[in-house]
Amino acid sequence: MSEIAISIAGLKNQFGLQVVHEHLDLEVARGEILGVVGGSGTGKSVLMRAILGLRPPQAGRIEVFGHRVDERAGSRDWLRRHSGVLFQDGALFSSLTVQENVEVPLKAHFPDLSHSLRRELALLKIRLVGLSDEAAPKLPAELSGGMRKRAGLARALALDPELLFLDEPTAGLDPIGAAAFDQLLATLSKALGLTVFLITHDLDTLYSICDRVAVIGEGRILTVGPLDEVETFDHPWVQDYFHGPRARAARKGTT
Amino acid sequence: MPETPVIETDSEHPGCVRLSGDWIVDRIADLQARVDQLRGPVEALDARGIERIDAAGAWLLVRLAQRLEMDVSAIELEGEHRALVDTVARAEQHEQVGDTVREPGWRRFFGAIGKLITDGGSHFVKLSGFLGLSLAALVRIAPRPRQWPVTATIHHMQQTGLNALPLVALLSFLVGAVVAFLGATVLRDFGAELFVVDLITFAFLREFGVLLTAILLAGRTASAFTAQIGTMKSREEIDAIRTLGLDPVVLLVLPRLVALLIMLPVLAVAAMVAGMLGGLTVSVTSLGIPAELFLSRVEETITLRHYLVGLIKAPLFAMVIALVGCLEGFKVAGTAQSVGERTTSAVVQCISLVIIIDALAALFFMEIGW
Repeated sequence: MSEIAISIAGLKNQFGLQVVHEHLDLEVARGEILGVVGGSGTGKSVLMRAILGLRPPQAGRIEVFGHRVDERAGSRDWLRRHSGVLFQDGALFSSLTVQENVEVPLKAHFPDLSHSLRRELALLKIRLVGLSDEAAPKLPAELSGGMRKRAGLARALALDPELLFLDEPTAGLDPIGAAAFDQLLATLSKALGLTVFLITHDLDTLYSICDRVAVIGEGRILTVGPLDEVETFDHPWVQDYFHGPRARAARKGTT
Repeated sequence: MPETPVIETDSEHPGCVRLSGDWIVDRIADLQARVDQLRGPVEALDARGIERIDAAGAWLLVRLAQRLEMDVSAIELEGEHRALVDTVARAEQHEQVGDTVREPGWRRFFGAIGKLITDGGSHFVKLSGFLGLSLAALVRIAPRPRQWPVTATIHHMQQTGLNALPLVALLSFLVGAVVAFLGATVLRDFGAELFVVDLITFAFLREFGVLLTAILLAGRTASAFTAQIGTMKSREEIDAIRTLGLDPVVLLVLPRLVALLIMLPVLAVAAMVAGMLGGLTVSVTSLGIPAELFLSRVEETITLRHYLVGLIKAPLFAMVIALVGCLEGFKVAGTAQSVGERTTSAVVQCISLVIIIDALAALFFMEIGW
């Protein structure tokens, strides 16, 4: 199997007259955690939605593990089965309990599973993300923000995906909760052999768990590489971002 | 293609079980069945033949080891699979919470009835409290015209009153026509077709005009109030209003209450006129009663009292619809589903209360001979 997990070439996304991406190329290697950063409105979430096939791009080619994602019927089935997504606030179904939320993808993809087996598998995922069994019968509204994120992660992991998409996983968490979540992601991605596409604003997350960082801006990927290379990249936004006061504090914390 | 998972006993060492193939979630049901079949004394598990394994497969492996009372670390594994199996084993070590025992059916049945009754009681208390809260707010801002939410009130008067006028008029017209037909069918046998006029006039002035309007507004407006306030509640806008030192009752409830208090009687009058026009149309076109005769008969039978008996209920209905609609909105608790539940509850309550109040009022006016 190929060592490239996601390959994007010549991607173009446009809303009306506003061009968000043009000639965007990016490759994500198998098994790495790629952090995607960029200013507000540079289209980080749009890029994720394009890869997931939630938004058809105007031009370009997207391949996930050698499977092309495009308009053809069925081209996204493979992607749906082998990827998990954690949206910003978890996007848990509010009328279902945590347990039922995690069971939804299992039910959709493996309708033949017995009830007890599905229950057990869902519970396993809930335990894997560090939630206790008491959280399983609760409704999302009864959980704290951090627990909702973990529950969302459990749902994203329900099908044992190879690819995990995370949209600002630590946004809205307190620093201790965010650090714990980072640690959880690092542990799980190593143990489960995940490839992680991680959109974040959180410098601490970048410094603590990302293998490589992609900076998005001006409609394309400005630079991509290990952190120490990206830090020295000569672009005003990149310099501001990695050498501002908050970045210095984050770096101090890790070294 | 996934490799079929294999579980076999080593022919040379009868106590050693070899596991191979793909242990992944696609195969999990089949795998579980075979793992459960595994019996007999097992001394060692050799999982080095496993090609691919994911969390579900690792879970089965851990379960198997637990059942055989083996330590997870004693399973022979490929190095790359070790981390996953250990992670899953750690997660499974958490204490298992026992299933909660379900109450027997009959107890839940009676429990549900009891809950319904106590809920109904506490709801009545809440509604009364909410009425008091709204009236208190009204009295408090009455001497301060600068605080009156005039714009919002006029906005709601347009939404709930003016925009509902075509619907109310059309439906009342049709009901008026239907009542005229019904009355004529019965009264023709007695040669008393002219009394259709009395029937329509009495029905619409005393009951139908205001009742039809109230039921329509209960469906149209109470649901809108609940959904509007409920969405604000779930987006924490109500809390934001409070932290800004403003009163949500003044800002949200009073405009809606006042708008309905003004507009429901207006709509009710429109409904009365439309209903009588419906009756007039049928009388003229198919019953052979000329318009002049219809109108003079109306003039003979109508007294101001009938009109007042109908209209006096309008403010009462307006209060019920506005208060229940708003209160249910405030009861929304965070989720989209809750907004739906509360909206349904608001409409059901409003329609039931309107009909109950109307029935009681009819009894009352009959007893005092109006």
